[in-house]
Amino acid sequence: MISYLCKKFFILLTSLFLVATMTFVLMHIIPGDPFTEEKAVPEEILKAMYKHYGLDQPWYVQYGHYLKGIATFDLGPSFKYQGRSVTEIITEGFPVSFILGAEALLLAFGLGTIAGSIAALKHMKWQDNLVMILAVLGISVPSFILATFLQYLFAMQWDLLPVARWGSFAHTILPALALAALPTAFIARLMRSGLVEILQQDYILTAKAKGLSKFEIIFRHALRNALLPIVTYLGPLATAVLTGSFAVEKIFGIPGLGQWFVMSITNRDYTVIMGTTVFYSALLLLCVFASEFLYTLIDPRIQRSDKRVRA
Amino acid sequence: MNFLILILIIFMGCKKAPPHKEKGHSLRLAIHTEPPTLDARRATDTSSVAVIRMCFEGLMRRVQGEGPQLALAEKVKISDGGRVYTFYLRSAYWWDGAPIKASDFEKTWKTILSPNFNSPFASELFILKNGAKAKEGLCSTEEVGVQALTDWKLRVELEHPVPYFLDLIASHSFLPVPQHIAGAHPDWAENPKHFVGNGPFKLVKWHRHQDLVLKKNNAYWDKDAVSIQEIRLSIIHDETTALNMFEVGEVDWAGNPLSNLPPDAAQALAQQDRLHTYPISGTYYYIFNVQQEPFNNLNLRKAFTLAINRREITENIIQSKQQPATSLVPPTIWDISEPFFDDNAVEEARRLFELGLQEQGYTRDTLPTITLTYNNAPTHHKIAQAIQDQWYRALGVRVELNNVKWETFYDDLNNKNFHVARMGGVASFNDPLTFLDLYRNEKGGSNFSGWSNPRFNELLEEANQTTNMVKREALLRSAEKIFIDEMPIAPIYYYTGTYVKQPYVKSVQLSELNEANFKFAYLDNR
Repeated sequence: MISYLCKKFFILLTSLFLVATMTFVLMHIIPGDPFTEEKAVPEEILKAMYKHYGLDQPWYVQYGHYLKGIATFDLGPSFKYQGRSVTEIITEGFPVSFILGAEALLLAFGLGTIAGSIAALKHMKWQDNLVMILAVLGISVPSFILATFLQYLFAMQWDLLPVARWGSFAHTILPALALAALPTAFIARLMRSGLVEILQQDYILTAKAKGLSKFEIIFRHALRNALLPIVTYLGPLATAVLTGSFAVEKIFGIPGLGQWFVMSITNRDYTVIMGTTVFYSALLLLCVFASEFLYTLIDPRIQRSDKRVRA
Repeated sequence: MNFLILILIIFMGCKKAPPHKEKGHSLRLAIHTEPPTLDARRATDTSSVAVIRMCFEGLMRRVQGEGPQLALAEKVKISDGGRVYTFYLRSAYWWDGAPIKASDFEKTWKTILSPNFNSPFASELFILKNGAKAKEGLCSTEEVGVQALTDWKLRVELEHPVPYFLDLIASHSFLPVPQHIAGAHPDWAENPKHFVGNGPFKLVKWHRHQDLVLKKNNAYWDKDAVSIQEIRLSIIHDETTALNMFEVGEVDWAGNPLSNLPPDAAQALAQQDRLHTYPISGTYYYIFNVQQEPFNNLNLRKAFTLAINRREITENIIQSKQQPATSLVPPTIWDISEPFFDDNAVEEARRLFELGLQEQGYTRDTLPTITLTYNNAPTHHKIAQAIQDQWYRALGVRVELNNVKWETFYDDLNNKNFHVARMGGVASFNDPLTFLDLYRNEKGGSNFSGWSNPRFNELLEEANQTTNMVKREALLRSAEKIFIDEMPIAPIYYYTGTYVKQPYVKSVQLSELNEANFKFAYLDNR
């Protein structure tokens, strides 16, 4: 078990290094620079600014500083938002996105598994059709359309919730709904297909033959296995949802982290691009790592099969 | 999506007047980004400048319809043929109680001009004697033409007479920085704990990326003129969201100059008679790359310029009461009742096009494919499509549209990797020079066309040296004539600002430089 985790952890670190390097390379390849303004800036002033931010140094020096920064969790100052460090931007934005994401995640997981189970148990009946129609809608309607629609109905027409901004629980409801739609639909579909397949397995038949109650068959034997694909999906999903969404945060005026992923690239704010990317990758790798760990808890065969391969 | 927004707006227009959700005396505004800094020396964007304007006062302040008025300066003496200005400061205080001294101005300006200080718009101060030299490190900042003679007397010496200097000095680049704070706390302008200003409003809260709260500054020298007790700025990136918040009464103002209205909303709002507009000293135009085929040919440049139907664009596409442009300098700066050329002069355009083709040895078929480059934004895209169509109808030429990201747009321009490109300029001070000066130097910062003309430069230089205002205007007008005759640009329209506001918001002053002055604003019947 420990060697298995160590191996995974080593892979995690290597991936992180590769992502960091790729980001650095890509960022310096793309045209444009952080000091592009509509009003042109004279050459001598530009030079002074390059020097100020260390951009006049050769790439390997910048790369060295960058790697050192990541290792020591000091990601440097933002170019655009003067006087603010990237670490500050992440520590301020992430909790906001995290709260919103956690709400959306809970909603998606709860609703998705329930709806998926209903669909599977009522396979090919109207309940199944209804859930599947909603799921297709949830997957195909982009979050920004849904956000606009929710905002229009709940805030503008019915005046039940605030249009935008951040501050109270009421502010989180609409964005959390908009964020949750896609994962709910996805989880419902995964749950349904998993459960439908499992309910046809021999061991379920055995359980039935043993005279177990329907409740026991589903909760003790079927659900546990049907959850496995969802757990795999939860890792990347959690990262994506917890770090916020550009569109939803923009529409609801939420000061989360999601907007920084896009804004930093538009601004060519090098340190923020690097900081957010590395943060995202680290979180993604950790979540995948955690979901793999969860996997081994739910289904011990996974770890065993891994051993067998090595042997 | 755009259609959806339009429908929403039309429906919303049918609703009853929105309820006021928050009672009290605060003015609630939508601002489109978090101000990157509140240090006037470093600010470059409209959000920062808007907040800085509320929190700071300079020697002069622009007042709508009256031009620059005395602010912190109580008196100005102009001597040496307009080269030396002596400002006498009134007794005034920073909001922490420290007196505002002439040395605050001197040190601020000298810091901006020191080679190591990172200030993108430092060039606005190059007008000060030795300003440019100091920035390049060719002389010490001590030799810059600004000196505090006493605590309340500031002497400013310029490179040459500048008739618009009192207007220029009202720009944000000339605002003072509290030296007693800036020295002790380098992060003063980003940290509300240390932030100190001297304007009509005082920053009291700053929730990052959410909102800023300002209260009336009781230490302000002219506090009796200020009626607004509180200003709440909500940071809303999305234009449609800001408008929605306005519709339900969560904000009192949406649109310019603090944010923008959604481009598709203008028409519907105008039809409902709710759209407010004001002229901005700025011109939207296309530039030609005059160093490359085919637009190294004057007649082809003229043909493409004349073939544009500007009225069609302002009335059917942007629809915010813009005026078609036939000059570089907009009507907010001087009278332009005699246009340089006619809008939509298709016949003349065709004649010049044939002439241009002959001169260059092209036929319609051998003319290289022309691309029109613009940065990715809905309005630019629509205008480009309309002009593409107009050129096709008038000249039979099918140009290619090259819609690029903002970040790569300037790279393309700098590398002269374009035939025609979108451009636009808003004045930084109310003088024709703000536009003409851009084209003084072939390699100058914003002169992406690569055009230059020695006579044009001479005229600008002569205008700079004269103190006779009538002669100066004549010289500058001749310079503009040369410019338009050679047509390195195709003017399209003069900018306007658009906004919606609740009817109880009164007396907000909007300047042609696209800045809002809330000093004299008040809320009626709340």
